[in-house]
Formats: sequence, structure tokens, C-alpha cells
Amino acid sequence: MKKWKQEFNHSWPLYVMVIPSFILAVVFCYAPMGGLVMAFQDYKPWLGILGSESVGLDNFKRIFEFRESYQAIINTVIIAVSKIILELVVPIFMALLLNEVKNVGLKKGIQTLVYLPHFLSWVTVAGMLQDILGLDGIVNNFIQRLGVKPIFFLGEAGMFRQIVVISDLWKGFGFGMIVYLAAISNIDQGLYEAAEIDGASRLQQALHITLPGIVPMIIVMATLSLGNVLNAGFDQIFNLYSPLTYSTGDIIDTYVYRQSLVNGQYSFGTAVGLFKSVIGLLLTVISYKIAYKFAGYKIF
Amino acid sequence: MRHTSLSRKIFTVCNTIFLVTAALLCLLPLVNLLALSLSGKSAANSGIVTFWPVDFTLKAYMKTFQNNNFIRSMVISLLRTVVGTLVSMLAITTAGYALSKDFKGRTVLMWFFVFTMLFGGGLIPSYLVNTSLGLKNNFLVYILPGAFGCYNLILIMNFFKSIPKALEEAALIDGAGFFTVFWKIFLPLSKAGLATVALFIMVGNWNEWFTGILYMSDTKNYPLASFLQVIVVQGNQQDLALDPTAAKAMSERTIKAAQVFIGALPILMVYPFLQKYFVTGIVMGAVKE
Repeated sequence: MKKWKQEFNHSWPLYVMVIPSFILAVVFCYAPMGGLVMAFQDYKPWLGILGSESVGLDNFKRIFEFRESYQAIINTVIIAVSKIILELVVPIFMALLLNEVKNVGLKKGIQTLVYLPHFLSWVTVAGMLQDILGLDGIVNNFIQRLGVKPIFFLGEAGMFRQIVVISDLWKGFGFGMIVYLAAISNIDQGLYEAAEIDGASRLQQALHITLPGIVPMIIVMATLSLGNVLNAGFDQIFNLYSPLTYSTGDIIDTYVYRQSLVNGQYSFGTAVGLFKSVIGLLLTVISYKIAYKFAGYKIF
Repeated sequence: MRHTSLSRKIFTVCNTIFLVTAALLCLLPLVNLLALSLSGKSAANSGIVTFWPVDFTLKAYMKTFQNNNFIRSMVISLLRTVVGTLVSMLAITTAGYALSKDFKGRTVLMWFFVFTMLFGGGLIPSYLVNTSLGLKNNFLVYILPGAFGCYNLILIMNFFKSIPKALEEAALIDGAGFFTVFWKIFLPLSKAGLATVALFIMVGNWNEWFTGILYMSDTKNYPLASFLQVIVVQGNQQDLALDPTAAKAMSERTIKAAQVFIGALPILMVYPFLQKYFVTGIVMGAVKE
């Protein structure tokens, strides 16, 4: 008891300083978690959470009964996994190539340009994509010159996932390089000098020094991305999809939005969202455990 | 030896060409957007504009800035970005400082915050909580729900941790309290770190579009990002744009391009400052201790 008092006398300002964040987290992060009970109810806005009837797991059963929600889960996994793989491999590859550029000015210039798209909003990018891929857009103009009929790209269900994955890669690959470039710059330069003396070529140096040098970072990034298997990117899809592309492009988050806020199926929407959050939580915890075990990564 | 140096040269040339192409690919869509916004109506509509304006004109920008709703949403965006960043920084820096120290309950508190990164209530429960707090049709909905972010908190905490302990101990022995140490030593010493996080938050605030659409019944209260989302992406011109005849008179395409470009302009303007700092910030966030 006494110890506590002493501790408090010394560090009470620290407790005070945590208060603003604490309150914000309680109100805007934890209070909504309480609202998750509505996933187990037949929620009616006029009855509220306390007055609505409980229905057990019925909402969750319906997730797999409805073709639409089932399809949204499939789409989510396909899009998210494609993004995860490409956005892991491409930045590593590009970072290795950029590391071979010895002209500092050129290297800086390339970095400046490739980091930029990350900071644009999806509304901006979607606006640009609509124009570029539109019927009178640059791409159609080009293929028309080759004698191909214009294509309404964003209305083609068969192309939607590819467009989503590639545009996301375009937006993020540069930014994804940063951690690998940092890891490369931490590699002991003596290793390269020794390899040079032994007559190793640049390719051999890249494969036997640079690549192994960034393997811990690759492991961390790969395992942490595991938590995103159900995150296909709401901001992006919401701004690009349309009823024409629901069949391949509708993901869990957009489905939840339409079911609940457009169609008024609050409980069902919440159940779908909860299903996603729980699986996401499990995957993230597992991924943190793996990252800690193999690369000593800690969240804090 | 000669052979390797020749293949080396070939590789260097190919590699440079490849990387420069990739870099240009990141910029060209923006150049195209700008060229479109500065082109004449018929040239833009026929799709001949690539990376240089055809029939140069500023009409699209003039029309855009004559649209009061556009100006209004820009002001809302500016306000929410400034206020939102300040509130967010206040909450995060104080908590980040406290959590960079060792005190009883720190680990529990840390997990309490980290859990918000791992799990959440999701769309509907958040919507109901915010609505019941009276945040619907309330400017504060742009500020408060997003003010706390655990990722940024951890970033700042790590910046504070990298400040030598001796400085703080000396000040504490001289009789300064934690508040003074925070204000007089830690904040001034971590300007670069704070700038990184503040710029990230600013960009996030400026780009955020969903809140407006979700919580504002009147499109007049939309920030620019939501305004653009409706006008450009949903193609809904009724509420937001100029009156229909005026919109038809001008090429829709050039006006859209001008609006999207103006929406991205602040990001492009802060980008040089952003770039100066964010690399350090990202690296500190990903690799710790």
C-alpha cells in the first residue's frame, strides 16, 4: 500500500498525461466493442441494444447461407492475398535494384517519385483511374490505335480484381521499399569489401550479402501482413466498384456497408464485420508471435 | 575481368532505364490530370490530351473557384486538418511521453492501447456510439473519433525513448516536474519526430472522406475529400456542382480534373517536407530497439 502511494506521489503527472488518449480510446474504440452484442440480436433502432431480441448465432449462420456474403468473403481473400504477395515481392525486388544505382542524385530522384502515390487519397486515385481507363481515356485511345475496340475497364467484372491489385501496387510499392532500403543500409560495408577482394561479382554480392542481410526484415513484413488476409482495402474498392463489378469486387467491408447502412440490416452487417474482426485478430496475434519468435520483433 | 565490367555496364543501363520508367509511371497520371485540367473542352473530350495541355485555358479552374460549395468544403477541410492535427498531437504526445517512462501500470496501459490496433467494434457499433454522442451533423465528428491512433502513439513513444535519460534525470533533480521536462526538454528535442507524425496525421485528415458521407446529412458540410468522392466518383452532380446548364457548358471532364488536382495539391505541397522526415519515421516504427 505504502509503495503504491510513494509511486503515485512521484509519477502522478504521468497518469494525468495518459488521460486524454485513455478517454478517446475508451469512448471511440472500446465503447463500440460493447455494441458488438447486436451481432447476436435482431437489432431494431427503436428498441435499442437493451430492448432488441436476442437471436443467438442466427446472423452468423446466414453469412454462409447468402451467396452474396459468401462471395464477398471469397473476393476479399483473393484480392487481399494477391496484394499481400505482390506487395511483398515487388518492393524487395525494386529495393535490390535501386541499391545498385550508385548515382546519389538519381537514386534520390527515383525515391522521391515512387514514394509519392502513397500519400494520395483513394478518391484522387479513383478519379484519375476513371479518367485514364474511361472510354475516352488514354488507355483506350492507345488500344484503339492498335485496332482494338474501346473497353469500359472499370465495368468489366473479369478485370476488376486485376485493376484493384495493380493500382494498389502502383500506389504502395515505393513506400513498401523504405524498410528494405533501411535494412540494406544497415548491412556491414566490410562484407562487400571482403567479397570484392575474393572476386565476387555484383550479382553474387546481391544474392549472398544483400539479400540475406534483409531476410529478418522480410520475415517481419511477411508475417505482419498475415493479419491483412481479410483486409482488401475498403477505401479503394468503395471508390472503384459499381453494381457491374459486385460479382468479383464486392468485399466484406463494402458488403457490410451496403447491408447495414443502405439496407438497414444492422445486426447482420455487424455480424459479418465481427466475423472479419475476430479472424483478423487471431491472424494478427499469430503473426506477431511468429515475428517475435523468428525475428525478435516486438510491437512495443 | 573485362567481361564482367561490360555486363556490369549493360546491367547499369538497363537497371537505370527500368527504375526511371517505374518512377515516371508514378508521376505521369498526375501530369495527365494537370494537363487535362488546363486543356480546352473539345480537346479534353476527344481524348487527345496526354501529358501537355491542348488549347490551354484556365476556365476549368475559374469555374471551380466560382462554385461556393467547393470553396466551402475546402475551408471545412482546412479547419478539420488544423484542429484535428492539434487535438491528435496533444493526446498522443502527452501519452507517448508518459508511456516512454517506467511507472506502475505502464504495461497494462500499453496493452490497453495496443488492443485498439488489433480489434474494433466495426462500422455499425461505431456509428451508433458516435450518433448517440450527438456527433451526427456535428463538426466534432471530424476531430474526435479519429484523434487517437495507437500506431502514431508508438512512433512518438519511440522517439521519446531515444532521448538520453541523463537529460531528464538532471532536470528532475533540479526540481523540475514531469510536465516541465515534457514541455521544455522532450518536445523541443524531438521536433523531427513530431513533424513526421504531425504531417502523417495532416495528410490523413485531409484525405479522409468517409466520415463526411456517413455523418453529414447536408452535403454543404462535407470536407473537400467527401465532396470530391461524391462529385467525381459517384458522378452525382445535382447537389454539389454548378447549376446543370453551367456544368454542361463546360467540359465536365476538365472541371473534374481541375477539382481532383486541387484536392491533391496540398499533399503535393507538403510532400517535400514530408519526404524529409518520413523515412526516419517509418524506420523507427518498424525496427525498434
